[in-house]
Amino acid sequence: MKFTLSWLKEHLDTTATVGEVVAAMTMAGLEVEHVADPGAKLAAFTVAKIVEAHQHPNADRLRVCQVDTIDGRQEIVCGAPNARAGLTTIYAPIGAYVPGSGVTLEARPVRGVISNGMLCSARELEVAEESDGILELDDGLAVGANAAEALGLEAVIDFEVTPNRPDWLGVRGIARDLAAAGLGTLKPDTTAPATGAFPCPIAIKVDGDACPVFAGRLIRGVKNGPSPAWLQQRLISVGLRPINALVDVTNLISVDRCRPLHVYDAGKIAGGVIEARLARDGETVEALDGKTYPAGPEICVIADRSGAIGLGGVMGGVSTGCSEATTEVFVESAWFDPIRTAQTGRATGIASDAQYRFARGVDPASLVPGLELATALILQLCGGEASEVRVAGQAPAPPTAIAFDRAYVKKLSGLDVGLARIDEILTRLGFKVDGAHVTPPSWRRDVGGKADLVEEVARIEGFDNLPETPLPPIARPAGGVLTLRQRRMRDARRALAARGYAEALTWSFMRREWAALFGGGDAKLVLSNPIASDLDTMRPTALGNLVDAAARNARKGFADAALFEVGPNFRGDEPGDQWTAITALLAPHAPKSWIKGGTDPLFALKGDLLALLDELGAPGLQVVQGQNAAWWHPGRSARLQLGPKVVVAEFGELHPRILKALDADGPILAFELNLDAIPEPKRKGVKTKPALDLSPLMPLSRDFAFLVAADTPGGDLVRPILGADKALIADARIFDVYQGQGVPDGMKSVAVEVVVQPREKTLTEGEIEALSGRIVAAASKAVGAKLRS
Amino acid sequence: MTDLSQLEADLSARVAAVQDLAALEAVRVEALGKTGSISELLKTLGRLSPDERREQGPKINGLRDAVTLAIAARKDHLETAALDARLAAERVDLSLPPPPERRGRVHPTMQVMDEMIAVFADLGFSLAEGPDIEDDFHNFTALNFPPRHPAREMHDTFWLPEDEAGQRKLLRTHTSPVQIRVMQQGQNHKLPGWIATSQSPPIRIIVPGRTYRSDSDATHTPMFHQLEGLVIDRNIHMGHLKWTLDTFISRYFETPVVETRFRPHHFPFTEPSAEMDVKCDRSGRDVKIGQGDDWLEIVGCGMVHPNVLANCGLDPDEWQGFAFGFGVDRLGTLKYGMPDLRDMFASDVRWLEHYGFSAFQAPNPATGLS
Repeated sequence: MKFTLSWLKEHLDTTATVGEVVAAMTMAGLEVEHVADPGAKLAAFTVAKIVEAHQHPNADRLRVCQVDTIDGRQEIVCGAPNARAGLTTIYAPIGAYVPGSGVTLEARPVRGVISNGMLCSARELEVAEESDGILELDDGLAVGANAAEALGLEAVIDFEVTPNRPDWLGVRGIARDLAAAGLGTLKPDTTAPATGAFPCPIAIKVDGDACPVFAGRLIRGVKNGPSPAWLQQRLISVGLRPINALVDVTNLISVDRCRPLHVYDAGKIAGGVIEARLARDGETVEALDGKTYPAGPEICVIADRSGAIGLGGVMGGVSTGCSEATTEVFVESAWFDPIRTAQTGRATGIASDAQYRFARGVDPASLVPGLELATALILQLCGGEASEVRVAGQAPAPPTAIAFDRAYVKKLSGLDVGLARIDEILTRLGFKVDGAHVTPPSWRRDVGGKADLVEEVARIEGFDNLPETPLPPIARPAGGVLTLRQRRMRDARRALAARGYAEALTWSFMRREWAALFGGGDAKLVLSNPIASDLDTMRPTALGNLVDAAARNARKGFADAALFEVGPNFRGDEPGDQWTAITALLAPHAPKSWIKGGTDPLFALKGDLLALLDELGAPGLQVVQGQNAAWWHPGRSARLQLGPKVVVAEFGELHPRILKALDADGPILAFELNLDAIPEPKRKGVKTKPALDLSPLMPLSRDFAFLVAADTPGGDLVRPILGADKALIADARIFDVYQGQGVPDGMKSVAVEVVVQPREKTLTEGEIEALSGRIVAAASKAVGAKLRS
Repeated sequence: MTDLSQLEADLSARVAAVQDLAALEAVRVEALGKTGSISELLKTLGRLSPDERREQGPKINGLRDAVTLAIAARKDHLETAALDARLAAERVDLSLPPPPERRGRVHPTMQVMDEMIAVFADLGFSLAEGPDIEDDFHNFTALNFPPRHPAREMHDTFWLPEDEAGQRKLLRTHTSPVQIRVMQQGQNHKLPGWIATSQSPPIRIIVPGRTYRSDSDATHTPMFHQLEGLVIDRNIHMGHLKWTLDTFISRYFETPVVETRFRPHHFPFTEPSAEMDVKCDRSGRDVKIGQGDDWLEIVGCGMVHPNVLANCGLDPDEWQGFAFGFGVDRLGTLKYGMPDLRDMFASDVRWLEHYGFSAFQAPNPATGLS
């Protein structure tokens, strides 16, 4: 909403500057968006008088003028046809920047005559879109007077109003708060009610469901036409377009008092009755914006005998609109329900000034005073004779008294405000203070309890004065405030970053078809109002988003993305359906290097995954191959499981079919780790590490080559070998896997280096032989391995 | 009798002439081996008379020592030469680069989250979390948003479809529903352990997490991160709120004095409500916090509305406190200068590398937050 300082001064007796008003508004809770000062760029421009004007010797259309200016008498060349002796206008000196033409003036000859400045048009000063000739000002203005003042330009304050304060949508409401804040004195409201000369001939009916209360009166014998300059200027200053006096009066009062009104050409009302009711099936309204709106049964319409003629509280209709031919006007002052008006606004897409105000809640007590103010202005501007006021319906009940212990101000805000001061603030804001009770004014329907009253006192007293008070000590866990899970999320991010992955944050939603590729896309998880069709479904996994990110990077020339994300995935819409995944992606297209790698990058990824699990304190997990979900490469993916059921992670290469659907070039490797599936460590809360048993004896190593069926997981050899003698065997490392010549068909050779750590004494050859025997037996029992001869 | 000096000259010449260790060893064996020429001479000593032995002994032993030394010296020389030759052959071109390495990064928003958590943990706050898909009760009703109130409209809520009972879930528009989960007394839902549940006051929590609003431009993204704070006790007032936020801002921006301003505002779930601005310089490309004459809104806050407390089963006459909500992504842009919020979620590897943080830059009280 916008207003000007001069408008504010209609209600507030103050000497404050625009800057002081803006500061006081901000600290009272009104957020000033912008202050536009059209006069600021006209500082160099002043009033001047043309003394003589003669034809230019070398140009038909130019005149050479002698002008009295702030700089003395100047010779100025002017092209305007109205440049004549005696004219009072605006002078721009040499060096001035003319905003409307974008030029800085220089002393240059114009067709041989030097022009020492310029005489300006309204367009050149950006005070009008178009102009015909130079400005013609009141002859009473003194030469040298400031142009902005002479033109009546003033700063316009544009601000936001929070939804709890509809009373700030009227200039008087702002004046009241600023007065309470000490910026001046609120002027009394002096509107005198007009005496009704005759009964209102138009009947009013309301359906309380549609419109609780509706007041109106007829004014006959009016002469409508353009508003006087002061009214037009006032509307223009806040961005409204003057239409005619009757309509302008309603717009003025809407901004001035947050009291929207409507004027009907009474001669066009059919059947002598105005009714506010819910729309009937199939009814439409041709509104004043020229568009026809269908009105549903949730919408309040204004109707006469002919049917709907307006959208109640939102916009009037064309059929009964006031024109310069109007001689009898019916003035409406009603109170439309905020929620219904908000709905009507959404349904029709109309965001009119009236709709905005009614949706937020207009003061019901302004019903008749607003009508009287309109009457007074109409009688003043258009003449005529007013009828008696008719009121139909019941206004909503006024706010009730609140029991208010003044000590609560200090308890809740910390501010030490004296009792008298508390009551003074509340009284200035229009509250009725009566001993232990405080009653909010009719325009403060947002105030419902004592905390609201504290806010009133605190904001007027000033939030600046809030006493900074340290929080009291609180018992806190000695081991830090993060839970194990929160700590793991944090550790996971740093562990993966340390291993070369960049953390991405991708949307929690994704394209539904993509979600379906990853086992998601349930209708329950499809947003009703997505921001874009490709972001319409809650993701079952971050894999799709990361693949898309890798593909987008590849298209920009960066095909080697290594990304990860720690974030939520969704199985359903219940809180328990949300789970936290650590998802990583590796596009194995390492940049060219003179050093050749050669190992399968899938094992590098597996290494990163295992290192991460280790960092998070996960126990040893089983690798299960061949059971991954359909979006994984069937041969190049596996799961890490804890027991037969709990899948902690899936990793591998993504299925080429998926990559194709996501328009990504493969191969792409990834893992997805379910953070919530990692068990808590067994030694909870124990900080000491297990004792370390270092043997003084040299470890020895023995190599074994085993033959196993080609489809036996080679990695399955390790665990039984380690188990063959847990005390002596320190490690078992697979160092070669071979299929081909020398190995029977359908078999492979897996070579394992076993590290033996003698504990109490060096082992004899016999003991080593016996241990080897146990190793071979264990490998044989577990996976049918035979020692290769 | 062998001519000792002739033999010595002969052996010395041969030792000097050999060019490799094997040839040197052959010379050594020939002279000093079991049947070597010098060894044979030494054997003759036993057969000599004491007088002859006294004369010949030192000469022969001297010869042995001289030859032994010569061989050792030659060996040392040959070994050094061989090592030098090998090392010379092992030369590599060290102007060549090491193998390419990826640079891992922590996302700036998560870094900022860690920084914020570090400051608030030090002030005694612990972390609470809640689900991203919420119901109307937790996101709006319990937070004192009246049904059909325009304030709900202002939240640009993402809705999920209606279920059989006509209820619609939504994507939480703020982290405040977790306030309700924590404050709501006597709730005993079967929920996964990570979702916050009832606490008895005093309560002092922060709630980090993803939030969603249907909005997209340079300063709004449909998903963003909030960090909410909630303090409930018997005598917590707005002065505590102001101190807490001022303390946080000063520590987060790592400047001793940041000028801040509390302004009245409106939120349905707090009363009184405020926004806090920080003084800054917005004239250049980057916002400079703690300088200049401009104000920048940085956090919404207020005293928890008595209706919210009552909705959770807490007596507003007994318990009171404050809540605040920071936009984490935005706080990150102010400290680290990312110009467009949308880039935060674009996963451009160049952006992540430029604005991201090394794994080792974890906020730490000894080294400062960043």
